Amino acid sequence: MRRAERVDRVGPSGIRKFFELAEEREDVISLGVGEPDFAAPWAAREAAIASLEAGKTSYTANRGLKELREEIADHVTRYGFSYDPDEEVLVTTGVSEAVDVALRAFVDPGDLVAVAQPAYISYEPGVVFAGGEVLPVPTREAEAFVLTYDALEEAGAAEASVLMLCYPNNPTGAVMSESEIEEVARFAREHDLLVLSDEIYADLTYEGEHASIAAREGMRERTIVFNGFSKAYAMTGLRLGYALGPASGIAAMNRIHQYSMLSAPTTAQHAALAALRDCQDDVEEMVSAFDRRRNYMLARFSEMGLPCFEAKGAFYLFPEVPGDDEAFAEGLLEERGVAVVPGSVFGEGGAGHLRVSYATGMRSLREAADRIEAYLNER
Amino acid sequence: MDASRELLEALRENARTGTADLARQLGMSEEAVADGIAALEDEGVVCGYQAIVNWEKTDEERALAAVELNVTLDRETGYEEIAMRIARFPQVTDLRLVSGDFDFLMLVEADTVREISRFVSEKVAPVPEVTQTVTHFVMDTYKERGIELRDGHDDDRLSVSP
Repeated sequence: MRRAERVDRVGPSGIRKFFELAEEREDVISLGVGEPDFAAPWAAREAAIASLEAGKTSYTANRGLKELREEIADHVTRYGFSYDPDEEVLVTTGVSEAVDVALRAFVDPGDLVAVAQPAYISYEPGVVFAGGEVLPVPTREAEAFVLTYDALEEAGAAEASVLMLCYPNNPTGAVMSESEIEEVARFAREHDLLVLSDEIYADLTYEGEHASIAAREGMRERTIVFNGFSKAYAMTGLRLGYALGPASGIAAMNRIHQYSMLSAPTTAQHAALAALRDCQDDVEEMVSAFDRRRNYMLARFSEMGLPCFEAKGAFYLFPEVPGDDEAFAEGLLEERGVAVVPGSVFGEGGAGHLRVSYATGMRSLREAADRIEAYLNER
Repeated sequence: MDASRELLEALRENARTGTADLARQLGMSEEAVADGIAALEDEGVVCGYQAIVNWEKTDEERALAAVELNVTLDRETGYEEIAMRIARFPQVTDLRLVSGDFDFLMLVEADTVREISRFVSEKVAPVPEVTQTVTHFVMDTYKERGIELRDGHDDDRLSVSP
């Protein structure tokens, strides 16, 4: 079938190949997974079931259930935010939809979108689908994968109209402190950039507090924040996220959302409401389990002599490997049955690294670490 | 959270985790972990470690019962004294003072139902302060101390995802 030119401007996902290789084998331990191993907290699942029993299967308001928007607005005050649930919150089908809608709402054909990299693999295609041009802004291991004023300047981000970033970061696990994020904010103010900030891993911050760019002086009016339920509440398959921003920005996004999506899945919205109201203890428990696994894997990497930057957020480590990362990952999978994702898949600054997800039980982590160690020793 | 609280949490997740792995998980030295565990044990915070067994998966017969106990108190005998008389029997696995229609909730474990019946009627009921016993034999166990006894849910995640 004849297809639009924009489809070919985006290649197939680099993760796909590893997925297929991993699926061919039986005994694979996967550290290549971008979602928690926990099931969603029972209270959230139970609320979804109850909503179905009660026949709540219609559309909701375009922007999402009012009660859910109110609960979200209340929940995010912990990051120093204040958003009006009626005008400044949009409930979406995962952060994925929110990012796509935002790019279409704020990027005109030919606009330059600066993307801090390594980055989640959907941002770049999203920009392309919106007709924009991607300007990669590499972050470096030597700077703890933090986005800096200088990196933005060097990459030519002053010419961009939008900046897309994600902290805590997938794939590096990097977080940014208040003073570091303020430097990025300063750049955005000076060069009049609109900022799209994916903060889906905000609650998975293990040292210090999550610092949002939207909470910096003069940033609220130029920032859209994305967050959701997939990671901290282990609800990936329920597909529920949200965007926060000034009323005019959310209205622009809602214009697209109301035609393309109408409303986010109703059942998932009921689960999300319960998640916010009743599942904070579950989140706390999952966060401390992730933190123990993070410490464990950092210790194992250090003991086996695999240099690894001390990631403080999300559930990824980003160790440095000798030689080509893709070849290393392929060998590791073929010879030892451990699946990871090569860092080069995530754009500039990712080459020579592996993304190792520790969202897996301790027993598997222990076995995987043993296998990685054996693989390293025989090379 | 302080170190001993973190240690406690890690032990509650899996008490069999070795000292070296606990040290890695908590970012502590092995020595600090060993000292921390010793302190928790000495202070009586950690009272023991046990396996949670699903007897259905073994060849052994096992009988369990929850027993309600009512007691009378007098000037010389309080709940504590009565409890200790009962708790010392090895068949008693759990004993708790509870609010509501009866005083103690006692869990009993033995090889057979008959053994439990005999234990309750011959050892517990005759205790002078015990005025009434109501025995509920356990027919099935679904969850024990936070662990579901049926097969866990399979990891149905895609093996590699963004």
